[in-house]
Amino acid sequence: MFSYISCRTFSVAPAMSARTHVNYEVKEDVAVIRMNDPTSKVNTLSVQMQNEMIEVFNEVLANDAVQSAVLISSKPGCFIAGADINMIQACNTSEEVTKLSQEGQKMFARIENSPKPIVAAINGPCLGGGLEFAIACQYRVATKSKKTVLGTPEVMLGLLPGAGGTQRLPKMVGIPGAFDMMLTGRNIRADKAKKMGLVHQLVDPLGPGLKSPEERTIEYLEEVAIQCAKGIVNKKISLTKEKGMMQKVQDYVMGIEFVRQQIYKTVTAKVMKMSKGLYPAPLKIIESVKAGLEQGPDSGYLAEAQNFGKLAMTSESNALIGLYHGQVACKKNRFGVPERPVKNLAILGAGLMGAGIAQVTVDKGIHTVLKDTTVEGLSRGQQQVYKGLNDKTKKKTITSFERDFTLASLTGQLDYSGFEKADMVIEAVFEDLNIKHRVIKEVEAVIPPHCIFATNTSALPIKDIAAASIRPEKVIGMHYFSPVDKMQLLEIITTDKTSKDTTASAVAVGLKQGKVIIVVGDGPGFYTTRCLAPMLAEAVRLLQEGVDPKKLDALTTGFGFPVGAATLADEVGIDVAAHVAEDLGKAFGSRFGGGNVEVLKTMVEKGFKGRKSGKGCYVYTPGLKSKDVNPDIEDVLGKYKLTPNPLVSSDSDVQYRLVSRFVNEAVMCLQEGILNGPVEGDIGAVFGLGFPPCLGGPFRFVDTFGANKLVEKMKRYEEVYGNHFTPCQLLLDHAKDSSKRFHK
Amino acid sequence: YRPHGLRQSFTYRPHGLRQSFTYRPHGLRQSFTYRPHGLRQIQTKSKKTLAKPGVKNIVLVEGVRTPFLLSGTTYADLMPHDLARAALQGLLHKTSLPKDAVDYIIYGTVIQEVKTSNVAREASLGAGFSDKIPSHTVTMACISSNVAMTTGVGLITAGQCDTIVAGGVEFMSDVPIRHSRKMRKTMLALNRAKTLGQRLSLIGSIRMAHLTPELPAVAEFSTAETMGHSADRLAAAFGVTRLEQDEFALRSHTLAKQAQDAGLLSDVISFKVPGRDTVAKDNGIRPSSMEQLAKLKPAFIKPHGTVTAANSSFLTDGASAVLIMSEEKALAMGYKPKAYLRDFVFVSQDPKDQLLLGPAYGTPKVLARAGLTMDDIDVFEFHEAFAGQIMANLKALDSDWFAQTYMGRKVKVGAPAMEKFNLWGGSLSLGHPFGATGCRLVTTVAHRLLKEGGQYGLVAACAAGGQGHAMVIEAYPQ
Repeated sequence: MFSYISCRTFSVAPAMSARTHVNYEVKEDVAVIRMNDPTSKVNTLSVQMQNEMIEVFNEVLANDAVQSAVLISSKPGCFIAGADINMIQACNTSEEVTKLSQEGQKMFARIENSPKPIVAAINGPCLGGGLEFAIACQYRVATKSKKTVLGTPEVMLGLLPGAGGTQRLPKMVGIPGAFDMMLTGRNIRADKAKKMGLVHQLVDPLGPGLKSPEERTIEYLEEVAIQCAKGIVNKKISLTKEKGMMQKVQDYVMGIEFVRQQIYKTVTAKVMKMSKGLYPAPLKIIESVKAGLEQGPDSGYLAEAQNFGKLAMTSESNALIGLYHGQVACKKNRFGVPERPVKNLAILGAGLMGAGIAQVTVDKGIHTVLKDTTVEGLSRGQQQVYKGLNDKTKKKTITSFERDFTLASLTGQLDYSGFEKADMVIEAVFEDLNIKHRVIKEVEAVIPPHCIFATNTSALPIKDIAAASIRPEKVIGMHYFSPVDKMQLLEIITTDKTSKDTTASAVAVGLKQGKVIIVVGDGPGFYTTRCLAPMLAEAVRLLQEGVDPKKLDALTTGFGFPVGAATLADEVGIDVAAHVAEDLGKAFGSRFGGGNVEVLKTMVEKGFKGRKSGKGCYVYTPGLKSKDVNPDIEDVLGKYKLTPNPLVSSDSDVQYRLVSRFVNEAVMCLQEGILNGPVEGDIGAVFGLGFPPCLGGPFRFVDTFGANKLVEKMKRYEEVYGNHFTPCQLLLDHAKDSSKRFHK
Repeated sequence: YRPHGLRQSFTYRPHGLRQSFTYRPHGLRQSFTYRPHGLRQIQTKSKKTLAKPGVKNIVLVEGVRTPFLLSGTTYADLMPHDLARAALQGLLHKTSLPKDAVDYIIYGTVIQEVKTSNVAREASLGAGFSDKIPSHTVTMACISSNVAMTTGVGLITAGQCDTIVAGGVEFMSDVPIRHSRKMRKTMLALNRAKTLGQRLSLIGSIRMAHLTPELPAVAEFSTAETMGHSADRLAAAFGVTRLEQDEFALRSHTLAKQAQDAGLLSDVISFKVPGRDTVAKDNGIRPSSMEQLAKLKPAFIKPHGTVTAANSSFLTDGASAVLIMSEEKALAMGYKPKAYLRDFVFVSQDPKDQLLLGPAYGTPKVLARAGLTMDDIDVFEFHEAFAGQIMANLKALDSDWFAQTYMGRKVKVGAPAMEKFNLWGGSLSLGHPFGATGCRLVTTVAHRLLKEGGQYGLVAACAAGGQGHAMVIEAYPQ
């Protein structure tokens, strides 16, 4: 998408040098252009790739024997995964980035206006710059493989499709479709893409033949694409599609300026509601699309390039790109390959957690045993797993046969039969040390020596649980987040005694389950629960000080948290929160004070355990999405009423009181060595606790916001509330020396 | 349960398409001079006979079938057991078998008429067999009648029976079309409703959408893919071209026509259809020309697929029956057996990507079991579901890579020689009544061995569900 002109690191290679990324051969009169980045598993539009592509394109245009071209990747599972993010990050000013964008626009404009038709043959991800490349081609053929997805994920990096995407997509898939793609960044499967008009023709993946299925499928795709290219040249295939009645009506409606204005308005309002105005990229996308449609292509492309430049320089984009890199890092196993892969997994406890873990395991080719103590509990858990899979069937992501086949790997039982074959046991029983001790002893009596015992707890220190084990090197913590099938994070906790192979194995299982993984040291609350506890304590104090739950939620979501603090407490469960607050309060002393634990305990006594009991801070009516504040908590809060100090009770102060305690605790975890590094800290906070993604996590937040500014605020709160707000040493160090940063 | 061929039923009309071909019975002959006779060179067999000491010899005494007709033609008003009856009566007639001399009757079928779900019983009673003869029905897609025969073989080997009638029937002119599940549920609830109020409220709950009928599924249950679609992918996976497929389809029709004209299809009995004329010939054989075949658009994968109506087997009505006996019993009853039924295998693979590769998997396995090589076989009869499927199987058999990668073999067994292969036409041209084809294949091998003077024959077939079958047949010394 960009060319070498703007790149400072690239030295111009001699013209005759062999190409390594892009090559082409002429088959009859069709040039087959093949991409393959030899240095990576995926193709990206790197500088090298682009340069060679331009070279090849020029040769193809100049070659009189060539009538048309096919663009295809020789990698079995990837077309183009996107532009090279590093190119953008290497830029220092928005002008440089705008320039990059314009170079990309220019190149794709040449592709679009090519006198020789170009057919993009897509197998595997076709994302970001890759999609922009493909839609600049005259025709697109895609395989129906599950790996083939099309999309514009730039918005998730705080950017916009900056190589003509905002201009071409609305014309191709209609204004609403284009907004949907660009604002959500979601992946679109090939069959949907065909319906939307994003691709022209689909090719079925092939099975075993005289070559490997992958190899033959690409070959077949190429054959079909060549036929299409020839068809376009000899006019058998028309590029102007016959429009259906619906399409004509839609086009007519979209032709009315008033309608378009309404769409911009509605979309903008929706974006504002969802993003609270904290994310600039969606608004810039709307702006760029609008410029193109209302003022013509020249303004449109210019707006796109300029907005792209502006966005690249925002802290939000920086934060989101940081999260992207962090996520990639947390999808790797830094502990190496485990000695033996886990093939049989047993889960104890078929509650929400246990069944959730089963749900994300059973479809990964791991035989899963789900054990509970009662038939009722077990049935509930089995039903949860079934429902999870059946919902996928309803959405047609899997067939009913695949659902049944997957379920065949799940065994529900009440006893320990078959545990002698288990490679790993994950217990998800009630959070009580005595019960956990009993379970570990029972299990260790029946499992083979190599079997790993993982405990799913949100606060109990692993070493305390492992105290009952005769083989503590095989004991590890695996802290899942509820609902397990939706929450991406898995926090793995190792003790001093946990062996490296045990850790490697736990990470391998987590990765198979599709999780983003942080591995942290042992301690009360580990990392995530420990960060959340002081923030929730502060939230309870705010409630006691008379802040209405709705207001509290509005302030937290206004800061960028996806879920408000009061709602979060209800989701976690008031009983769990009370439990954790008490445990961690004991472990960390008065520093974890703030709100009175009795508030939570009283709520539990009254049966206000949160969403699961129908009442918490709010009242939940089944079937209703909106919720009202629980009128009865007035009494509880009234009983423990505190008088707010006006010096530290402005809306902004309320937000920073909540966030600063969270962030300070996170930094302290790094200081104490609970965390391996700031990257895992950021990932854990964002993916496990919903720390605002636009801030990139607590550590990036400190870097961006300034440690000194944060410490200044905390000192002000400290004067009022004492040690709840005492900044930790590492934070003070960063405040003193502004050159110290968590992220380089 | 999804047999192939059903795909055609509701999407397009194979017969209609066929009519547009120029029907040129003469003229094309020269291009297909596969001379079945005279080509036979004397070769040393690796085995003189497949008889094993201590194992009963089982023989095919006779095999017959009704003419195979395009569904919706002369048989249209019958029921499946009527066709089966015709085949059974034909067998009785041809063998002069006493009606109480049979120990057991087994029939194969795929699409079941719900009224006659044990079609074997209804047909045998209706054909006048003694009501003392037990009978049951089996199903395994296109190899259903193969299962019927091998079940009989098993009963004889086990010493349970000596005389078995096996057969198969398929009737595609009428298939069960059901009410929707919701409608069925309402109707069943209506049966149980006690009060008028309950009845009215149930009737009131019926919506227009509930009245949409449920057609027999046109797709493989496990993968939701139609068989023609899978065949097209299979052809592509093995690089089978449209031209190869059309050539094979034309070959099948041309050879079938030759065989029909030469009176070689002696297993066909004539059948006086109640209320209609007597039929004595298969009516789907229509040799066309390459130009005509090339005009057809792909039927499943559009627009770049290669499987068309003309290079696929068509929906067919028909029934077959064979008389299988222990050799000693046959001889004791004064019969001159036609062939020995020897080793057989059933195989199964991935129903998605290897749906139709049964012959490729079954052939090497059954040869190994019998201790024979490809060269030992004089007569091949493979079930032709699709021309592309046959070509893919031939290529798979001829590929060392495929043998090593997917079959765990060191080397390929090789493809059958075309001058021995389906010389009297096949399912593409004669028709393919799913449940009945297996008996036709076995009888044809026996007849060809007799006619051509060979010793060993091999039957192979694929079936929905990714299953397959292969059987070795040995000529009976004349």
